[in-house]
Amino acid sequence: MTDERTLAPFGRRAAAVTWRARYGAYVVLGCADTGGPRPQAGQFYMLSAAERWGGGEGERPFLPRAFSVLRAPAGSPELEFLVEDVGPGTKRLAELREGDEVLLTGPLGVGFTPPRETRRPLLVGGGVGIAPLAILQDQLFPNAVPLLGFRDGAHAAGAELLIGARIATDDGSAGHHGLVSELLEAELARDSDVEVYACGPPAMLEAVRRECERRGVPAQLALESGMACGFGACFGCVVATRGGYLRLCLEGPVIDANQLAEVSAPEKQPAGATPANR
Amino acid sequence: MLDFCGIALEHPIINGSGTFDAIAARRAFGDALLESFPFAAFVTKTVTVAPREGNPPPRLWEVAGGLINSIGLPNKGLHGFLAEDLPELAELPVPLIVNVMGFSRDEVAELVDAFTERDEVAALELNVSCPNVETGLVMGADPGEVAALLERVTPLTGKPLIVKLTPNAGDVPAVARAAEAAGASALSLINTLRGMALDPGTGQPWLGATTGGVSGPAVRAIALAQVYAVARAVEIPIVGMGGVQTPTDALNLLRAGADLVAVGTESFRDPAAGRRVAEGLGTIVANRT
Ligand SMILES: Cc1cc2nc3c(=O)[nH]c(=O)nc-3n(C[C@H](O)[C@H](O)[C@H](O)COP(=O)(O)OP(=O)(O)OC[C@H]3O[C@@H](n4cnc5c(N)ncnc54)[C@H](O)[C@@H]3O)c2cc1C
Ligand SMILES: Cc1cc2nc3c(=O)[nH]c(=O)nc-3n(C[C@H](O)[C@H](O)[C@H](O)COP(=O)(O)O)c2cc1C
Ligand code: FES
Repeated sequence: MTDERTLAPFGRRAAAVTWRARYGAYVVLGCADTGGPRPQAGQFYMLSAAERWGGGEGERPFLPRAFSVLRAPAGSPELEFLVEDVGPGTKRLAELREGDEVLLTGPLGVGFTPPRETRRPLLVGGGVGIAPLAILQDQLFPNAVPLLGFRDGAHAAGAELLIGARIATDDGSAGHHGLVSELLEAELARDSDVEVYACGPPAMLEAVRRECERRGVPAQLALESGMACGFGACFGCVVATRGGYLRLCLEGPVIDANQLAEVSAPEKQPAGATPANR
Repeated sequence: MLDFCGIALEHPIINGSGTFDAIAARRAFGDALLESFPFAAFVTKTVTVAPREGNPPPRLWEVAGGLINSIGLPNKGLHGFLAEDLPELAELPVPLIVNVMGFSRDEVAELVDAFTERDEVAALELNVSCPNVETGLVMGADPGEVAALLERVTPLTGKPLIVKLTPNAGDVPAVARAAEAAGASALSLINTLRGMALDPGTGQPWLGATTGGVSGPAVRAIALAQVYAVARAVEIPIVGMGGVQTPTDALNLLRAGADLVAVGTESFRDPAAGRRVAEGLGTIVANRT
């Protein structure tokens, strides 16, 4: 297989935050990446704040954090990122304002590829995992209807970032009361001549993987794992696949679903899944 | 140019083993990596005789000023490395140092033998932070073990042998002296310090391998003290490392007695950290003289 990823300039570079917007529970940061290449849908960046990265409570964050690119408008140096505050690193990034600087390395990893045969693309996102689907819709599939799942109404505000989304919420405050995987099941029952593009929490991706496997539908899953470097240096981000451990930052984050026996949370990966420590 | 065990190096900054994968970095950054390669020599991740998958995830935990890793030395094994990685690493614009580890003296001998035949390899680094399965002792924690290992392998090679000391030893200068007496060409230190973290949710060990190794700024003061002590115990050259982030950190290790300095964890934050440290160090030294 040829490696068609967009290469990152070597090293990290500074980019100014040009705007910031709130979408319910999420923050979108626009950054001017002057001189950087345009990323492919599904690629990611390692980000840190240029100031006060390391001095917070508990002295974290220390390492940069991985973020999918949300949007990269053509003909502009702008990169957009979607941030959900879940800990010290995302908290610091979410509080940045226009004029502040981020340090970034990227674009990294391999992104999504076009559908096989004549299949129609079907986008499925959960929570902050909707990010890579926005650029996917921009770049490849302007007419695809995304199915998006959120915890509650505050998070469902993120659905405005995509065009024509159908929504499910856990608490029923917007759209279908239930799981996005239920919307997917109904959709696949109606028409399974599709290829699924999915990103979201592990439990959602596992439900998507199982449903696609059951119906023989190909799926490209954008996974997450804890990353220290993002460029294959540390071997910290491995996920268990049928072929053994893969460095997600290098061989992913988009993985073909048939490479996986299961999508599991990193802390729950079965110790005996692959022959460790021979 | 400076001379390290007969190898000409452009500047004194190299990488710590296992903290930079030049082959992966070339896939991410392309040939731009070769044009501004950040290190004066490239040290490989540890190679073992048999292939290893490494430890189950999670493998990383961030701590104040650093991280704990339980990577578990995944690698393709000697034959996989020779067939797949060595030809690519030979294309790097700098000398190549291969880091090896064996679980017995025979295994280390097999690795040293195999790399001695390869012209692409400038030097070998012996990672002795693992138990000898025959004696049950961590090779690098005991002066007698280190001496016996080196007496076995130094006659096998004309290439410089750098012994990478573990900081998890009772008397590191004593191990250093034993390595020097048994024929080591140089020493490198520090490797990571044993540490652990508990999952805040379950209270159980977070890392897949229960414990891991601490690296980064959190270990810098310990590295400085160990390099200082070892430099006073031996005459052979020293590669100092542990928490280097800035040119000043590198300068301090040189002042403590190191001849070269390795950048490790900082490359995770900034892939070009090695070049930044080398250039800044060059400026400091130029302004002094
Ligand atoms: C390819 C990729 C793309 C991503 N894209 C996005 C995106 O577009 N938007 C977005 O908001 N997020 C995205 N993420 C997730 C994001 O990187 C994480 O949410 C972020 O790293 C969390 O950092 P934090 O400091 O805020 O939280 P942390 O405190 O690091 O907590 C996050 C999780 O890490 C674990 N953890 C807790 N403490 C530690 C510790 N000390 N050391 C190690 N692990 C710990 C826990 O499981 C915790 O739930 C992406 C991740 C990947 C891998
Ligand atoms: C993720 C990671 C992997 C490492 N792998 C190896 C290894 O394979 N062999 C080895 O000798 N040292 C290994 N080390 C140790 C480093 O080479 C270095 O000795 C240590 O990290 C201290 O330097 P630092 O604080 O600058 O990182 C590893 C360190 C880290 C953080
Ligand atoms: S994050 Fe370091 S190897 Fe993937």
